[in-house]
Amino acid sequence: MRVLQRSEHLLEVKDLKTYFHMEGGRTAKAVDGVSFHIDRGETLALVGESGSGKSITSLSVMRLIPQPPGDIVDGSIKLDGKELLTLSDREMRKVRGNDIGMIFQEPMTSLNPVFTIGNQIAETLIKHKKMTKKQAYAKAVELLRVVGFARAEEIIHEYPHQLSGGMRQRAMIAIAMSCDPKLLIADEPTTALDVTIQAQILDLMVEMKEKFDSSILLITHDLGVVAEVADRVMVMYGGQIVEEAKAEELFTNPKHPYTTGLMGSIPNIDGEVERLESIPGTVPPAHRFPEGCRFAPRCKHVMEQCTQSNPELSEVNRKHKVRCYLYEPAGGEGGHQNGTDERKTVRST
Amino acid sequence: MEQTKEKLLEVRNLKKYFPVKGGILQRTIGHVKAVDDVSIDIYKGETLGIVGESGSGKSTLGRTILRLLDPTDGNVIFEGNDISSIRQGKMRQYRQDMQMVFQDPFASLNPRMSVGEIIEEPMLVQRTMGRKERKEKVVDLLRKVGLPPEAREKYPHEFSGGQRQRIGIARALSMNPKFVIGDEPVSALDVSVQSQVLNLMEDLQDEFDLTYLFIAHDLSVVKHISDRVGVMYLGRMAEIGPKERIYNNPLHPYTKALLSSVPVPDVKRRREKIKLKGELPSPSNPPTGCTFHTRCPEAHARCKTERPELVHQGDGQYVACHLYTGGA
Ligand SMILES: Nc1ncnc2c1ncn2[C@@H]1O[C@H](COP(=O)(O)OP(=O)(O)OP(=O)(O)O)[C@@H](O)[C@H]1O
Ligand SMILES: Nc1ncnc2c1ncn2[C@@H]1O[C@H](COP(=O)(O)OP(=O)(O)OP(=O)(O)O)[C@@H](O)[C@H]1O
Ligand code: SF4
Ligand code: SF4
Ligand SMILES: [Mg+2]
Ligand SMILES: [Mg+2]
Repeated sequence: MRVLQRSEHLLEVKDLKTYFHMEGGRTAKAVDGVSFHIDRGETLALVGESGSGKSITSLSVMRLIPQPPGDIVDGSIKLDGKELLTLSDREMRKVRGNDIGMIFQEPMTSLNPVFTIGNQIAETLIKHKKMTKKQAYAKAVELLRVVGFARAEEIIHEYPHQLSGGMRQRAMIAIAMSCDPKLLIADEPTTALDVTIQAQILDLMVEMKEKFDSSILLITHDLGVVAEVADRVMVMYGGQIVEEAKAEELFTNPKHPYTTGLMGSIPNIDGEVERLESIPGTVPPAHRFPEGCRFAPRCKHVMEQCTQSNPELSEVNRKHKVRCYLYEPAGGEGGHQNGTDERKTVRST
Repeated sequence: MEQTKEKLLEVRNLKKYFPVKGGILQRTIGHVKAVDDVSIDIYKGETLGIVGESGSGKSTLGRTILRLLDPTDGNVIFEGNDISSIRQGKMRQYRQDMQMVFQDPFASLNPRMSVGEIIEEPMLVQRTMGRKERKEKVVDLLRKVGLPPEAREKYPHEFSGGQRQRIGIARALSMNPKFVIGDEPVSALDVSVQSQVLNLMEDLQDEFDLTYLFIAHDLSVVKHISDRVGVMYLGRMAEIGPKERIYNNPLHPYTKALLSSVPVPDVKRRREKIKLKGELPSPSNPPTGCTFHTRCPEAHARCKTERPELVHQGDGQYVACHLYTGGA
């Protein structure tokens, strides 16, 4: 029962399923029942190993899934209360230009090599903000200054190949922010960069977010980056969210065996451990998920019921959700109704 | 960590310059000084980590030490023998003692060879073992790196990234090397798999008494696995020393900035970052004096003209920076 009003969440994704139909009749369930929301001004991080479905989740929100072989088979994606999945291609293009900006991992794939940087920023402004050419170029120079180009007047005349990796990534951010998007989706925005440049880019993203009062969906596999900028974190495994909590809660009190395994796997620059933890095996491919809990073949806490059915993502407390039978209500199956603290908590050292 | 302090390898004033071609005639118009006057000692049984930004010359240093690239100048002395100038033919004798594990487990294994053939190949080249002995050794190595004997019959594409890296390690170990260079050996792997391979490398080091040169851009990984760490900037060693010194008491402004930039997976410890201006300058046209002066927060007049040399600061820590040699 929802009263008609400005919806409280900026983005609300419900039970999203994005499948790929592969040769030989197999189906890759890249995103398989994902629900989450992002609030205004919030930075939500999506973490997980390669192949867990992070990029497909974000491309689904942008409706950029190649079809065929891909298909959003179920779910709902609401931006500011407006359902995106039923929009026409034309309306969706408008949303991409005006409301959502995207930064990709490899800027060269998204910057057009035959146009100057200025041209690429101005083009979006002319198209979506109905500016004149002159206004658009003036705004382009301003934006490039904001992202830290001292020689902005010169940079607008340069082509992507004339810039270094870090400069290209900054130019990408300028383009993504050019229409004051409400939501910025950044898919591994700093993975290809050196740490000193990464630090500059992360600062810049946070600064831009505050300046334009937008929200960020940050996709990364680097837990250090998450701790640095995220308000809230979702951990993804096998096409599903397995844990979700405020950043502080997740890092101080991780619960899912996959999350704790991941955290134990990374050497900490501040600490010293004799031996790193490791998770045996590898991430299963999206067309061959195991029966039951998708993490079961790699989990050291695996129990009988884990191989029979897949646990629900359920609340362990108001701020923390986990998909694992170790944290399901005692005796219950798949219950995720309310947030009493009557939970069977098993220590996972 | 119990170093016998016996040197396995000495690198002396090593240089590797690549020609830059230009113009219609493709003449050499300059040089990329990828490795520019690097001297390091590597002790028996230790792991020396090498860090630095992309393009700082880490891979070139490793390849030049192994003579996969011929040095422009300088010497590499392995167990007392200068291998930097001997003929490639004579190099074969040292090749088996020195092996390399590469970053990309997908590109570094021949896709048309079975895993058994891949691991056996270096033994075939050396022609010191019989057929039966070689086959046994292959199975033994597979077991050591945590793969089943059946893996022999399979091909690289049938394995995951982490498993392929294990195969690459098994191959590198097939000649009982003394010295192994890992050039970003875990960088392409997912974190959960990365720790599997790091643990494996540590186990094998103990078992076979190996000495490692471990190249990586991930400072946390390097800290975990190394005994000593060297920090490269634009082809030169900016600072080198025991890891406790480098990580707890960095002296070079570049090392400080680099360490402060590493994001730490701990929400309670968001730390103050030292911001660097600009980006890595082009190595074909490096800045004069201290090559870091264009980005250094502490640069002073002397830095623009005079090149700092590595100077011992105690406890095995060496720094190339004028701040530590009598000030400005
Ligand atoms: N075009 C496609 N056809 C079939 N399967 C696909 C296709 N694109 C993606 N997938 C599968 O969907 C799953 C999720 O992929 P996705 O790119 O979202 O992973 P990711 O979490 O972003 O990984 P990475 O960290 O490597 O970027 C993977 O198993 C992948 O193989
Ligand atoms: N074969 C080559 N010919 C010309 N230049 C080269 C060659 N190999 C490397 N270089 C140049 O030498 C410099 C050092 O490169 P190198 O690959 O050693 O760096 P690196 O520190 O390993 O970087 P990364 O972290 O990106 O692997 C770079 O400027 C590179 O472009
Ligand atoms: S449900 Fe079972 S197998 Fe899955 S993570 Fe929890 S304990 Fe492990
Ligand atoms: S020599 Fe000068 S420019 Fe170089 S690192 Fe030291 S203070 Fe900075
Ligand atoms: Mg991805
Ligand atoms: Mg390299």
